[in-house]
Amino acid sequence: MTRRDWIHGWLLVLPAMAFLVLFTHLPAITTIWNSFFSTPRGRRPAMFVGLDNYERLLNDPIFWKVLTNNLWFALGTIPTSIALAIAMALFVNRRFMGRGFVRMAYFTPTVLPLIAVANIWLFFYTPGFGLIDQVIGLFGYGQTNLLGEPDTALAAIMVVTIWKEAGFFMIFYLAALQTIPPQLTEAARIEGANGWTIFRRITFPLLMPTTLFVSVNAVINSFRLVDHIFILTGGGPDNASSLLLFYIYETSFRFWDTAYGATLTVVMLALLCLLAIGQFFFFDRKVHYK
Amino acid sequence: MTSLDRWLSNAAAILLALLWVLPLIYAIWTAIHPAAYEARFVLTAPLSLENFVKAWDAAPFARYFLNTFILVTTILIGQFILCTLAAYAFARYRFPGRNILFTLVLLQLLVMPDILIVENYRMIRSLGLVDTISAIALPYIASGFGVFLIRQSFMTVPRELDDAARIEGAGALSILWRVYVPLAKPIYLAYGLVSVSHHWNNFLWPLIVTNSEETRPVTVGLSIFSTSDSGIEWSVINAATLMTSAPLLIAFLLFQRQFVQSFMRAGIK
Repeated sequence: MTRRDWIHGWLLVLPAMAFLVLFTHLPAITTIWNSFFSTPRGRRPAMFVGLDNYERLLNDPIFWKVLTNNLWFALGTIPTSIALAIAMALFVNRRFMGRGFVRMAYFTPTVLPLIAVANIWLFFYTPGFGLIDQVIGLFGYGQTNLLGEPDTALAAIMVVTIWKEAGFFMIFYLAALQTIPPQLTEAARIEGANGWTIFRRITFPLLMPTTLFVSVNAVINSFRLVDHIFILTGGGPDNASSLLLFYIYETSFRFWDTAYGATLTVVMLALLCLLAIGQFFFFDRKVHYK
Repeated sequence: MTSLDRWLSNAAAILLALLWVLPLIYAIWTAIHPAAYEARFVLTAPLSLENFVKAWDAAPFARYFLNTFILVTTILIGQFILCTLAAYAFARYRFPGRNILFTLVLLQLLVMPDILIVENYRMIRSLGLVDTISAIALPYIASGFGVFLIRQSFMTVPRELDDAARIEGAGALSILWRVYVPLAKPIYLAYGLVSVSHHWNNFLWPLIVTNSEETRPVTVGLSIFSTSDSGIEWSVINAATLMTSAPLLIAFLLFQRQFVQSFMRAGIK
């Protein structure tokens, strides 16, 4: 490698690197830094407070509430969307009348803004004259308030998320299915294996790299996607449907407690780090990835 | 597969598809009919575009659309330029620190600007850019995902082409522009579609850094429009909702194949 190559390389990388450092790496570091300070208010500047913010975090019931919610949210949305995505991909991977329509139907929610999706679903959920109540009203049931009850608000949000995400994940499975040689399944069929066995023994194992890739993305999304909460529940009732990022937003931009917001963000960063480490080990051991 | 199996799974596929489009069909139904037919499904219901007119008049959607358009174009152009340059360096140059820098680039796949809202806001404020369209775009201009994707495709370009151009006296940038970029066109299309739809739909960050009509993108405009307590009819809100999603939705229906392939391409590398 020559000197000139070095300089060229550096110059080419520089602009992108500058933006990445400015808006990703540096903020990630200052997040941690600022979590050791108090929030500046009025004339009072930020002061070093050591671990005070973390102590507050541990004693903050809302923090634990949103963290648990996030866990349930991930557990409730990820396996279901992945199972649906695999089913959708298997459906669409064969030729039949109406395949174009079916594929379009599955994928369409993906291109809609999450805000728009929330608006559409809000009308299903609205007590009294929302569609769900209208339909069950026909069978003589009374009003529901799925978004207003602490027991059902989070589940109602999860349904919307699954609707939005499954079609997106389907795409990756569709791509993966097309790389599986048809001889494999044909051979199994000749041996007398039924559809379920073929899926369980051949297709599903071969889809494993995709499943891991999709799972990692889905976990990141479960932290990142909170837009619909703004429209559907606003995190309520009593934080029953609030997630970590939504709580960060509320803390930092409604109550302007940015130091505590930074502390909450550190938790998020730590969780993402755990995910990265887990992924690293899992990818290495369980999956022969190309 | 027996023909009964086949029939059953086709039926299941179509049933699921119908269930899946139902919310959207329903939104379209309420948007194109007068409010009285919100939950009355009779085929003879009169069609009307009145809801769209009402929505358009009730909020500055034209301005919101313009803002979003400027936003996604700025981001797309910025991403194409920065990611192409960086991808070229990572694909074809050897320089000290290359691996560390590439790891730092990939880190952004995990730690996205989406979650660093607190500190990014502080950064934007210290730059004096709060409530500008640039403020919405800046954190996304350099994309780790874009660098990675374009690098993958640059690495498949045969080195001979590169060498041939060099012998003819072409400089590094002209080789990039004449040889690499044209060969990576499908990837640019894929990445472009993914980027545009992602930033068209983005909500949280624009909500934080904008606070005026002149800068708000459609998603933020729509949320303000639909959560204001002025008793706007449902059918009008649905019309507004469809309106804001319409450009992407129509583009998707027209270029369905390219869309699906793009998302596939962007995902499987």
